Amino acid sequence: MKKTVFFGALAVAGVAAGAVAAGTLDDVKARGKLNCGVSTGLVGFAAPDANGNWDGFDVGVCRAVAAAVLGDPTAVEFVPTTGKTRFTALASGEVDMLARNTTWTFSRDVDLKFEFVGINYYDGQGFMVPKSLGVTSAKDLDGATICIQTGTTTELNLADFFRANNMSYEPVPIETNAEGQQQYLAGACDAYTTDASGLAATRASFENPKDHIILPEIISKEPLGPLVRHGDQQWGDIVRWTLNALISAEELGITSANIDELAKGTQNPEINRILGTEGDLGAMFGLDKQWAYRAIKAGGNYGELFEKNIGENTPIGLARGLNAQWKDGGLVYSPPFR
Amino acid sequence: MTTLTDPPKESFRLGMLIYDSRYRSITIQVAALIAFLIGMGWIVSNTMNNLASLGKEIDFGFLKEPASYDINQRLIEYTSRDTHARAAFIGLLNTLLVAVLGCVLATIIGVFVGVLRLSKNWLVGRVMTVYVEALRNVPTLLWIVFLMAIITETLPAPRDFKSGEAEMLLGGTVAVTNRGTYIPEPVFSYSLGNIKLLEGFYNNSFRFEVSLDLIVILCVLIGGILISGLIKRRADRVQAATGDRPKTWHLRLAVVVLPTVFVLWLLGLFFVVPEIKGFNFRDGIHLRASFLALWLALSFYTAAFIAEIVRAGIMAISKGQSEAAAALGLRSGRIMSLVILPQALRVIIPPLISQYLNLTKNSSLAIAVGYMDITGTLGGITLNQTGRELECLLLLMLIYLTISLLISSVMNWYNERVKLTER
Ligand SMILES: N[C@@H](CCC(=O)N[C@@H](CS)C(=O)NCC(=O)O)C(=O)O
Repeated sequence: MKKTVFFGALAVAGVAAGAVAAGTLDDVKARGKLNCGVSTGLVGFAAPDANGNWDGFDVGVCRAVAAAVLGDPTAVEFVPTTGKTRFTALASGEVDMLARNTTWTFSRDVDLKFEFVGINYYDGQGFMVPKSLGVTSAKDLDGATICIQTGTTTELNLADFFRANNMSYEPVPIETNAEGQQQYLAGACDAYTTDASGLAATRASFENPKDHIILPEIISKEPLGPLVRHGDQQWGDIVRWTLNALISAEELGITSANIDELAKGTQNPEINRILGTEGDLGAMFGLDKQWAYRAIKAGGNYGELFEKNIGENTPIGLARGLNAQWKDGGLVYSPPFR
Repeated sequence: MTTLTDPPKESFRLGMLIYDSRYRSITIQVAALIAFLIGMGWIVSNTMNNLASLGKEIDFGFLKEPASYDINQRLIEYTSRDTHARAAFIGLLNTLLVAVLGCVLATIIGVFVGVLRLSKNWLVGRVMTVYVEALRNVPTLLWIVFLMAIITETLPAPRDFKSGEAEMLLGGTVAVTNRGTYIPEPVFSYSLGNIKLLEGFYNNSFRFEVSLDLIVILCVLIGGILISGLIKRRADRVQAATGDRPKTWHLRLAVVVLPTVFVLWLLGLFFVVPEIKGFNFRDGIHLRASFLALWLALSFYTAAFIAEIVRAGIMAISKGQSEAAAALGLRSGRIMSLVILPQALRVIIPPLISQYLNLTKNSSLAIAVGYMDITGTLGGITLNQTGRELECLLLLMLIYLTISLLISSVMNWYNERVKLTER
């Protein structure tokens, strides 16, 4: 792990300029594979299945981009990154994009020189505790030992929350979700805190999920989204509009089931523009007409990805909530395709 | 005047730089040096240019900004509002703590195992051999993680103490839990207070307090030891003059112990026993699971190497030495302490220095168990939250280099003192 950071830093120093200056799109095309940074394993968001195939909500974004750019949703090299290694991996060019429960913040955007292309999950930080502890509110956690992933926004929010409420706590720093899970289940910490979606996903993988509750307090805003390096506008646009295509597809009723039908041409010009039967949006950033068609076809639209991976009918069981389309009272909203 | 004996002056030709063996080595060295400097220059300027084009010029200003994260083990006061520099300082103290305690424990175990491995008792010798081989043939990292896993998975959680499933040890004063061990803490009822140092410097990053109680106790202790030394020298003089050595050990013990105990009593020393309150034990000293795992694993591991060094040192002293000493009528304990060990030390110390350095550097494996050493704070969270990779790693390397150089210079000074003085 440390090696990665170190070589990463050297790489940032040594090759980054080259990596930034060259077009990422050309690199990806030449390589024939998209290098996508994901988490080390968070069921529902990004985790390898029994056959070693990566699957999940964040993985869906990677596959959509690969489908748009390379025409093949499986042409992705998934690079597992921890909260700590992810930015070095992106900055050094080890990955072309990150889709890893990463919160959009000012300093990551401006100071770390990354470009968040949008938000694929509106989240907030929560706490999980064993039911047997008898705790019902985060305000009852004074003096508790809390497992916290280092290098995350959640670690900073935790410090702020306890300070603001004049409470004390004992942080147990951990590197990965798996480690946090193990420590938490062994009782080495009383509570586990991270993004509420991450908590739900973690809890779903427990043997007895019912023995654990997620406390009602949400202590922060965690807008999670894919990001790329600063400085390659074309590549940033491609990832941004791939995500927007998935979101617009849901809004416009394009699904993986009816997409082939719709791709023959419809009465709705926006659908036609997205699917490439009208105009040539793809050419504007160096792709063909069918880029969005392939991206949507890869895993379905935003809503389908949500339902399949983390929705209410999955063990993770997340409600759409803030992540419903804007028409349905949520925050998910794509700028128009024109 | 000496022109007659001088060889005829040869004129210098350029080719001689390569073909003349007098100059060749110099030429090669100069060329290598130039190549090295050019290489370094290229790396540095390349780094600078690339960082500049990324808009990430080297800048240590972030060290003065609030760190915003919490650290569990802090030997001195720290809050999330303190600076990154202070977080690094806290980490440095944690590194030094585990390094110093590790070196001490490793030396004690190592000497013990090394001497016992030479034991004539077959069983004891074998057991020590197994210890040495088992420990030094498995990577340190595994030992650290293994110990941590044992602590977290097998020991009772604090809440088990509440429900009565687990009980405190040693008359209810020590609690061994899966979050660490809680031991009683010494407190003074008439404390003299603290002296505050380095306040206001670099955004208060390096402020710390020195306990006056501790200073007083140390002064009394050192005073006692000095006086005890005087008593010993007087005894030496008496022995040299009369041949009889007066019995002084009770006097020497008394001048060290009595004043110290008296001062402790004056300061009102008492112990606060850890007590379970809410989620955790409060009061007392908390030896965290991460600290224990790291400290014990590093010590046991390094002790295996030290044992071998000690054994080699003792075996390097020729048998004739101990036979001669025995012939002079010395008892075997005295042979060890007066004849063998002083000579063995000369063999032992140089490799021992390397072991101390290894232990200190290995302490950066702390990250595997979440012990907040300097690699965990400056090289971990600070690096990550600020994105200042190069600055943090440069600082980190500089700090480890400084610690290592300090350790070697102290040990070299000691080596200088015990080494054979040629007369
Ligand atoms: N959103 C926060 C936290 C992200 C985070 O680390 N989330 C955890 C839990 S939701 C995770 O993805 N862990 C997976 C892993 O360890 O690889 C951030 O961007 O700093």
